[in-house]
Amino acid sequence: MNKNDHDGIWVFAEQRNAELHEVTLELLGKARGLAGQNQGKVTAIILGQGIKPLAQTLLNYGADSVLVADNPVLDPYRLIPYSLVFEKLIKEYHPEILLMGATFMGVELAPRVAARVRTGLSAHCVDLKLDKDGKLLQVVPGWGGGVIATIACPDHRPQMATVMPGTMKPLSPEERKGEIKEIEINLPDKDLGPKVLEIKREKAEGLPLEKAEVVVAGGWGVGSREDWKQVEELAGVLGGAVGTTRPPVDEGWAEEGQMIGQSGKTVRPKLYMGIGISGVMHHVVGMDQSEHIITINSDANAEIFETSDVIVVEDFRKILPKLIQKIRERVER
Amino acid sequence: MNRIIVCMKPVPDPQHWNKVSMDHETQTLKREGIPTIINPLDKHALEAALSIRDAHGGEVLLLSMAPPFVTPTLREGLAMGADRAILLSDPVFAGSDTLATAHILAAGCRWIGEFDLVLCGNMTIDGSTAQVGSQLAELLDLPSVMHVIDLHRKEDHLLRITQKIEHGYVRLEAELPLVISVRKELNKPRYTPFTGILAAESKEINMLSNEELHIDTGLIGLEGSPTKMAGLELRRFKREKERVEGSPEEIVQVLVDKIHRYGII
Repeated sequence: MNKNDHDGIWVFAEQRNAELHEVTLELLGKARGLAGQNQGKVTAIILGQGIKPLAQTLLNYGADSVLVADNPVLDPYRLIPYSLVFEKLIKEYHPEILLMGATFMGVELAPRVAARVRTGLSAHCVDLKLDKDGKLLQVVPGWGGGVIATIACPDHRPQMATVMPGTMKPLSPEERKGEIKEIEINLPDKDLGPKVLEIKREKAEGLPLEKAEVVVAGGWGVGSREDWKQVEELAGVLGGAVGTTRPPVDEGWAEEGQMIGQSGKTVRPKLYMGIGISGVMHHVVGMDQSEHIITINSDANAEIFETSDVIVVEDFRKILPKLIQKIRERVER
Repeated sequence: MNRIIVCMKPVPDPQHWNKVSMDHETQTLKREGIPTIINPLDKHALEAALSIRDAHGGEVLLLSMAPPFVTPTLREGLAMGADRAILLSDPVFAGSDTLATAHILAAGCRWIGEFDLVLCGNMTIDGSTAQVGSQLAELLDLPSVMHVIDLHRKEDHLLRITQKIEHGYVRLEAELPLVISVRKELNKPRYTPFTGILAAESKEINMLSNEELHIDTGLIGLEGSPTKMAGLELRRFKREKERVEGSPEEIVQVLVDKIHRYGII
């Protein structure tokens, strides 16, 4: 699509079971900030069934208006019906920018929509800016995060980006007024792609990693399931969450949802502690925005030390039991 | 199933990424001396294709867009068991973004003709966009499913697919043909047998340029890509890097004081 006569910033309001994904609110916060610079309007797009009540939430978190497609064919999420609705809306309303979360859903949907309307898309953005002409600059990590690229989409519209959850801040909600508009959906009843047989989800347990003030993360160097308990205990006494790199997930010490980095979560806690972590780029890109970073590794050449404020070159087994005890004494005092 | 296409990307070996440097004049990365490997997730895609073929017959084709020097990497895929490979290679493809790449791969699929399934890795380790699979499907006007962790054939033209989502999964039933992008949980790629390495020497690698594919050059390469690089930098970290030394007791005391000063305890 060509760029003339496009305006407005769109945010895809991702939901499952009428529960908004956190990243939606983060995107609205960012979109609001960008709209402040270019005097644009922020529109949230929500698709599903029985989701009208969420529209007010979207206004409260920064949308100026909400387009609601409430239709049984849009529940649960399926790639092809969602792509067709986006194509129709984009062709009708000509948004300048369209943002989605880099979630399981967004990562599947955004490229399909971009290809359908023949525009550019950047993936897993960690920052978004406007240049002096109002073009969207999309900041993305590549090569496991070792390279930071800035991508632009000069001649095609909308300018599309998926954004890493946890990298942008939602606004504090306040009661706001705005237009809530319902959209007619007329989809064909065939050729809508795979049939959904079953959806199974477990409630997330404990403190979500992205919200924790303290994250204690362990890596391959922790060595065993037995010693992994020390990592969990330290997180426990600090009131924090446990994070991990890839190997402990493969070993079964930790869950995939705890993984930090390019293929996991991005965290920005007040304190990050890394135990037995070597510091490959894939992990570092998910934690290097932490306010304070303390790392313990017996290998004096561990790369993680390049991204640390406080470095301890020592076997963590000599440090953690005493540290846990000291902190516990202090907290209970 | 008669024919399965596996999209395979030769990527720079991540063991050597610390050798990447930047050419500041051209704003491009210098990757000389970095060996090329099969993108790890593409091996899982290939494994899925091979096990379907081994059970039901048919042929497995590797499809790759890359410069000609990656031929040895394609041979590795042939040694693992793929029947033949198609390498899409032309200077006019250079600099393609994901949409342009999808246009080229789609042209490759059309050149192949009939097929039942296209398998891709969910993402590559170098670009990590995870966009090409869905875009290829859209341009071929086929359905697609990403994040696939389980896959089996129910009937001749029906697949049962399990797709990972946050805190759970979705089970889907899909009709062929379609495009599937897989995660590593799907399977364990087989080891390459020695006989496979020998057999790969005589397997066919078909190299196609745009003379055969006839893609509108306005859609491909640096010029045809809707996204443009506006800046590139190697990531640098600025941290205090204060090393704490002493006995374990002394170290613990310093850490407790720091954590206290941060306002945590």
